[in-house]
Amino acid sequence: MIDFEPTEGDQKILDQVRAEALICRNYARYYDEHEHEFPPEELEEAKGKPNVYTMFAGRSESDSGIGIMSMLISAGQTWGDYSVRMHRGTGGLGNAALRAAGTPEQNEKWGETTLAMAITEPGCGSDPSMVQTTAVLDGDEWVINGEKIFVTTGCRCDGVVVWATVDKSAGRAAIKSFLIEKGTPGFVVAQKEKKLGIRADDTAAFVFSDCRIPRGNLLGGNEEVQQKGSGGFKGVMKTFNMTRPGVAAIGIGMAEAALDFTRDCLTEAGFEITYGGGLHSAPAVVDKFQRLEAKYEAAMLTILRAAWLSDEGEANNTEASVCKAKTGEAVRQITQGCIEILGPMGISREHLLEKWFRDVRITDIYEGTGEIQRMIIARSLLGYTRKELN
Amino acid sequence: MISFKLEEEQQIARDALREFADQVMRPIARECDEEEKLSEEFLAQSWELGLVSTQIPEAYGGGGEERSPITNAIILEELAWGDVALAIAALTPAAFAYAIVDHGTDDQKQAYLPLFCGDSYHAAALAVNEPTVAFDPSIPRTVAEAKGDGFVISGVKSFVAMGDRASHFLVVARNNGGLDAFIVPRDAEGLAISKNEENLGLRGLPTATLELERVELPASARLGGEAGSDVRQLLDNSRTALAAAMVGVSRAVLEFAVPYAKEREAFDQAIAQKQGIAFKLANMHIETESTRWLVWKAAAQLEQGIDATRSAHFARGYAAEQSMWIADQGVQVLGGHGFIRDHLIELWFRSARTISVLEGTLGI
Ligand SMILES: Cc1cc2nc3c(=O)[nH]c(=O)nc-3n(C[C@H](O)[C@H](O)[C@H](O)COP(=O)(O)OP(=O)(O)OC[C@H]3O[C@@H](n4cnc5c(N)ncnc54)[C@H](O)[C@@H]3O)c2cc1C
Repeated sequence: MIDFEPTEGDQKILDQVRAEALICRNYARYYDEHEHEFPPEELEEAKGKPNVYTMFAGRSESDSGIGIMSMLISAGQTWGDYSVRMHRGTGGLGNAALRAAGTPEQNEKWGETTLAMAITEPGCGSDPSMVQTTAVLDGDEWVINGEKIFVTTGCRCDGVVVWATVDKSAGRAAIKSFLIEKGTPGFVVAQKEKKLGIRADDTAAFVFSDCRIPRGNLLGGNEEVQQKGSGGFKGVMKTFNMTRPGVAAIGIGMAEAALDFTRDCLTEAGFEITYGGGLHSAPAVVDKFQRLEAKYEAAMLTILRAAWLSDEGEANNTEASVCKAKTGEAVRQITQGCIEILGPMGISREHLLEKWFRDVRITDIYEGTGEIQRMIIARSLLGYTRKELN
Repeated sequence: MISFKLEEEQQIARDALREFADQVMRPIARECDEEEKLSEEFLAQSWELGLVSTQIPEAYGGGGEERSPITNAIILEELAWGDVALAIAALTPAAFAYAIVDHGTDDQKQAYLPLFCGDSYHAAALAVNEPTVAFDPSIPRTVAEAKGDGFVISGVKSFVAMGDRASHFLVVARNNGGLDAFIVPRDAEGLAISKNEENLGLRGLPTATLELERVELPASARLGGEAGSDVRQLLDNSRTALAAAMVGVSRAVLEFAVPYAKEREAFDQAIAQKQGIAFKLANMHIETESTRWLVWKAAAQLEQGIDATRSAHFARGYAAEQSMWIADQGVQVLGGHGFIRDHLIELWFRSARTISVLEGTLGI
């Protein structure tokens, strides 16, 4: 049945997430201004409180799906703050890759660790098939050489899933994922990047020089390089089907915070925000605000749609891109619009709105830019291959 | 539980109406528009589908199925994909009948619902729109006053669908500071019905302007009787219905533009291979989907009896903006050919502009 209301059980979890998020918000400004300090693994306030994810136990069939709830929880958390959590989360983007492509043994070995994901290089971002980092088999070890940049959780992760080519002449089919643990000789965290927003997040640059890892660290274990087609590569790309909705959810939570703040300011200033009147009945500022709200609603629903398909076990490749593209644009328009509505008050660092405006900007960039998502959507609409539309 | 799952019957209804829209509506859409004439044969065919009577209780001769705004939103998207003018023509009686089912007294149900359960098309219509600048349906200029046991209504209503033949109009008016809806028979004294309006789009749909000059009505004409009715809910319902129809137009445009862009070549390539075109198509798809989920959310709230005013406001406002934008992009994808009346894109461009300024009219 088509339904958009969380169950009582869902709501209990989401209420707790929001309550915790409000606590985290108290720390938001501090870690934004102290970019090189890390938020604690666990806040003082978290002591003795259950991690929300443990509340998933005991949920029934009639509650919303795990994918849907993960999106709502992410959004609820970032509604508080992007980087500060009561409890540190249970993994990074690399963990999603491990779950999607790792062997059972690999999942057993690294499933509990926090893994970052390193695809992007100084010379290659949107087109990951141009990865220059190399992996050469030498006896029972892979030797990794290359540079990776913009690695989320790069400083605090226990290890990283690195994309490298085993044969530069073989194109995309030769790109494989390798699991490299922190502390491996030849693996250096070169720097923590300085950013526009999400400053408390540790985004790092890595250098690998003759970094030797065991042969078994090839994710999925398939050493073969298919000469034709991109089957293997597509497998690797599958990771994005939940991470794209995931980063969209992260973005929409911040946009919601911006809307809530703006609504409070408008109400306090005496503007009445009502619905149901004519299209031209509200004052311009209220109309503008409501249009931003509609964008929020629309984006949120595309995220839930992609997550729901995943919960149903259905393909959601296009929908993951739809929600990422839609949200990437919506959160920019929403936070930019909220500042416009509030004017000088909106740009003051006394409030978090200017921070949200900076923080959400990443949504349309990482995990594939808005342009790349549109290319994926268009290819799917048109039945085009990568060759026919790029 | 948050879910996008269609019930099996909803899937069946969607598929059946998609076929009906494709095979019965599409072939006649252009001709109805050009000749500004509804196809009576189409009305009969659509009536046979039982679209209007299915959700009328058995006690009044209907199919007895639960009222389902969600199912109706899905159906409306399909029919509007076929043609908006024809879709409104087919479903105008439903808008009236659903208002009676949802808000009417037993006597009103007894009196009016059987009209829609017969073998042939029967028209009755909502009269909500008014020809005023910046029209606000929550503060209409049409006003009712108490007189004796009954009411006197005065005002002007426009874009009243099937105005050429509707037996009754459900007129929304201000009453004593609030909103009420009144059942006005076609032959009421003081009611003047214009000949068919001439509009930008939906030319196949006969619409009329109603002038109500101190029309006297008995107390029983007030929807919901003494208690009155939740006209806000009725307007929310219409807004959601209109938005559902706009999704249908958007999808029609997109589904036409995609194969066209693959076929048409310029500069040694299909135009679809140029990002300037491909990204337009992607955006059209993104917004068609976004709008549909807004509609479903409002429809789900209506179905569950939750206050849907905010969701319906978003659905209608967003759909209005996006369906116009999508139709506009559709014309651009076709270039000069988008401007020529050979293709339906030109008609959809006018449909989008027309339907997106309306209130009332439809119901789900
Ligand atoms: C804070 C942050 C965190 C990140 N985290 C990670 C991480 O954890 N792991 C990781 O591997 N990467 C990460 N990234 C990298 C991110 O995914 C890339 O920056 C992004 O994919 C874009 O690549 P690029 O920066 O090289 O831009 P480019 O590829 O140089 O693109 C520049 C512009 O050109 C456009 N463009 C490129 N190709 C096309 C095309 N075919 N058609 C139309 N337009 C095109 C792009 O959309 C963009 O607008 C992170 C980046 C940031 C800033």
